[in-house]
Amino acid sequence: MINFTITNALKKLKNKEISSVELTKAYLARIKKLEPKINAFVTVTENEAIEEARKADKKRAAGSDSPLLGIPLSIKDNFSTKGIRTTASSRVLDDYIPPFDATVVKKLKNAGAVILGKTNMDAWAHGSSTETSDYGSTKNPWDTDYLPGGSSGGGAASVASDETIAAIGSETAGSIRQPASWCGVVGLKPTYGRVSRYGVVAMGSSLDSPGPITKSVTDAAILLQVLAGSDPYDATTSPLPIPDYLKNINKNIRGLKIGISDDYFDGVDNEVKEKVEDAIQVLEKLGAKTKNIKLIHPKYSIAVYTIIQRAEVSSNLARFDGIRYGNDRSYFGDEAKRRIMLGTYTLSAGYYDAYYNKAMKVRTAIINDFNKAFNNVDVIIGPTSPTTALKVGASKDQSMFGELQDMLVEPSSLAGLSGVNVPVGFSKAGLPIGMDIIGPQLGEEIILNTAYKYEQETNWNKIKPKL
Amino acid sequence: MNKYTPVIGLETHVELKTSSKMFCGCAANYFGKQPNSQTCPVCLGLPGALPVPNKKAIDWCIKISLSLNCKINMFSKFDRKNYFYPDLSKGYQISQYDLPFGHNGHITLSNGNRIRIRRVHMEEDTGKLIHDGEISLIDFNRSGVPLVEIVTEPDFHDAKDVKEYLQKLRQAVRYLDVADADMEKGDMRLEPNISLRDKQQETSNILPNYKVEVKNINSFKFVEKAVNYEIKRQTEILDKNEVPPQETRGWDEIQQKTFSQRSKEDAMDYRYFPEPDIPPITFTDTQIAELKSQIPELPDAKRKRFEAEYKLTEYDAEILTREKNLADYFENTVKVGQDYKINPKQIANTIINKKPNIENILPATLVKIIVKAGQTDAMDEKKLQKVVKEVLTQNTKAVEEYLGGKENALMFLLGQAMKKLGKVDASQVKQLLVKMIK
Repeated sequence: MINFTITNALKKLKNKEISSVELTKAYLARIKKLEPKINAFVTVTENEAIEEARKADKKRAAGSDSPLLGIPLSIKDNFSTKGIRTTASSRVLDDYIPPFDATVVKKLKNAGAVILGKTNMDAWAHGSSTETSDYGSTKNPWDTDYLPGGSSGGGAASVASDETIAAIGSETAGSIRQPASWCGVVGLKPTYGRVSRYGVVAMGSSLDSPGPITKSVTDAAILLQVLAGSDPYDATTSPLPIPDYLKNINKNIRGLKIGISDDYFDGVDNEVKEKVEDAIQVLEKLGAKTKNIKLIHPKYSIAVYTIIQRAEVSSNLARFDGIRYGNDRSYFGDEAKRRIMLGTYTLSAGYYDAYYNKAMKVRTAIINDFNKAFNNVDVIIGPTSPTTALKVGASKDQSMFGELQDMLVEPSSLAGLSGVNVPVGFSKAGLPIGMDIIGPQLGEEIILNTAYKYEQETNWNKIKPKL
Repeated sequence: MNKYTPVIGLETHVELKTSSKMFCGCAANYFGKQPNSQTCPVCLGLPGALPVPNKKAIDWCIKISLSLNCKINMFSKFDRKNYFYPDLSKGYQISQYDLPFGHNGHITLSNGNRIRIRRVHMEEDTGKLIHDGEISLIDFNRSGVPLVEIVTEPDFHDAKDVKEYLQKLRQAVRYLDVADADMEKGDMRLEPNISLRDKQQETSNILPNYKVEVKNINSFKFVEKAVNYEIKRQTEILDKNEVPPQETRGWDEIQQKTFSQRSKEDAMDYRYFPEPDIPPITFTDTQIAELKSQIPELPDAKRKRFEAEYKLTEYDAEILTREKNLADYFENTVKVGQDYKINPKQIANTIINKKPNIENILPATLVKIIVKAGQTDAMDEKKLQKVVKEVLTQNTKAVEEYLGGKENALMFLLGQAMKKLGKVDASQVKQLLVKMIK
């Protein structure tokens, strides 16, 4: 049984206890064994991975010590990978091979990472179940009758099932944190603009944030360190300097002010509520102070998010016209078609002001609301998802499935905030529960610090699914 | 007597000559290049590629706006214009909707008519479709080339004004050195919209209830023809008490007429919304002042200065200021000429009449040529008088006829003189003949 974090794998690589080729082959073997059950990958790049691992071993022998040298990772299938098929789990792009690497992929490669393959997702990242994938649904490693969440469901499942050391996902609203919550792993959604979107098949352009899904908070910090920073190819990246994310991760949280909004516990499963409340108590024992705050009710974010994201989707998917590459429009699934129609409608003459323009105004109100809240608190904590993982098939015929599942993370996504899902225990049925630690824009240091301190006290991440 | 007043507005697209494209690093000069040799994921619109705006292009768009007396939107942004066409790689064009860089400017024509500029905005060009029998090919070298669109108010009333406006606009962008505005290369594309107003409603200032747009014309002459054709066509329809349909038409140069392309029913809904991939742009007063300071003296100002400073006629000054290069050459030559006591008028005459190749002949060289020509002229003056005197004494009959009122006789005398003189300025000889007869 292999069970590595980036931290301990790097240690073993440095001490020559293991080579990257051995490590990579072990993960490829596990992928081969578990994939029939989990279906976390759309494409496994076995040959390329072994080749890259070999190179990494050579580099290490030559004295190189780049931050991810020889570490096998999985990457969501909406990140462009040069020479490797990139489908975004849609048959429209069934045979699309990008001629360039996404900035995130380039950075991972430069840091020495080995790419095991491309993980499954909701087609075009439209959903929170991974059931809308054209390559079959991914199953939750904790119970394969259940969904892994989504859209980065393949990534979260690949981490939870130890098919990889860590995964790279992307979140528009919930797509990292929600599957991380359902699969019992750490999922970090960085501030919008902290990590480059260049080369990520666009979904909601004003929201998309690539980020890591890992087995530990430290691993998330290590990956963010590699991924973060301004990109000359993405005009929306922040030019502000990147802090050392590991430096303050173990800082004392005595006096940390945690904001709690009752509205974020509205309609949440009791089991989930209890576990998150327990987790907050753990933080209080470490010296954190809680404070009740009032925020705009998350239900309003559903409407705002739906309008803005569908509008952007309708425009972003226009290029897939079947003229130059890919398959024609008949290959779009129902969910993509629904989003294209709704987005087209809300942007149409005569409707723009009533929908898109109004949504943008409420979005500004939500941003201001959070800014005000962060004047008084350091982080805001709530459940990541109102439920534990739902059964396979639950999203069928539910056109608003994702929006209801992601209600609690949509407000912070609309405001471009940072947030991290941390496992806080299990339901009686044995399904993972997660809490969402939300920080202000560029607040990654404080949320990682909070998450790390909690993780050190509890070690939920040491419990593994039986596979 | 015409019952209608034409109401004409104009949209003009000018391609900028920046070295790179609007949103990526690809070379922008696509003319004559191997198809699709100047492309990248961004201008091909590949999944995940993102636009990063070209600062120089934005600066130049601001300069064009300022030179057209526009106000600048200090807070501006890009928008997506969504429509489908195979040459549009992303399925939308990045353009500007409600906050164009420049707005509310004007150009004043020589007859004093002021044409108001509604807006000056920045956008990207599309690829090019090449149809070859059954096959259609796309060349994306032009995709993403910076394009500035200049839109006027419907202030023109005839094709002549439209043409002059276009000449002035072209002159301005060339003076700014931001565009070649070479019509043959498609650097400038023109779209007039034309309708007719009943003269009885003249004072009401209400626009006609229809508008005909003629799309994508690439020559000033064709615009003139298309406008005149439309005035005639619409007059005929209105005379029948009908209203011309609101539509988009094209210009057919072979048949010399416009033809219907798209009717109002098929009017596009572009579903504009703010481009989320590019943050809004805020300008400071200092930035705008800096750009303003970089704007050279523009043609109208230069022409007026030439008239005042060098005592040139309006005609001469206009010719010399048509192109900035020529105006600069003239002024440099004047500077050198001062040392030789050559007056600017002489230099202007030489440049206008002799049309020296200003790329090869240095101003100093031209001055030397003028000085030398002056000496030759002085020498020839004596020879000229001698020859003319000879001709007059040898052809007394013709002289009498001329004095009797027969103009032709003078031409005969001129011919005789020219025969003896060879290659000289005939007008000078003619003047001398007249003078000496009297």
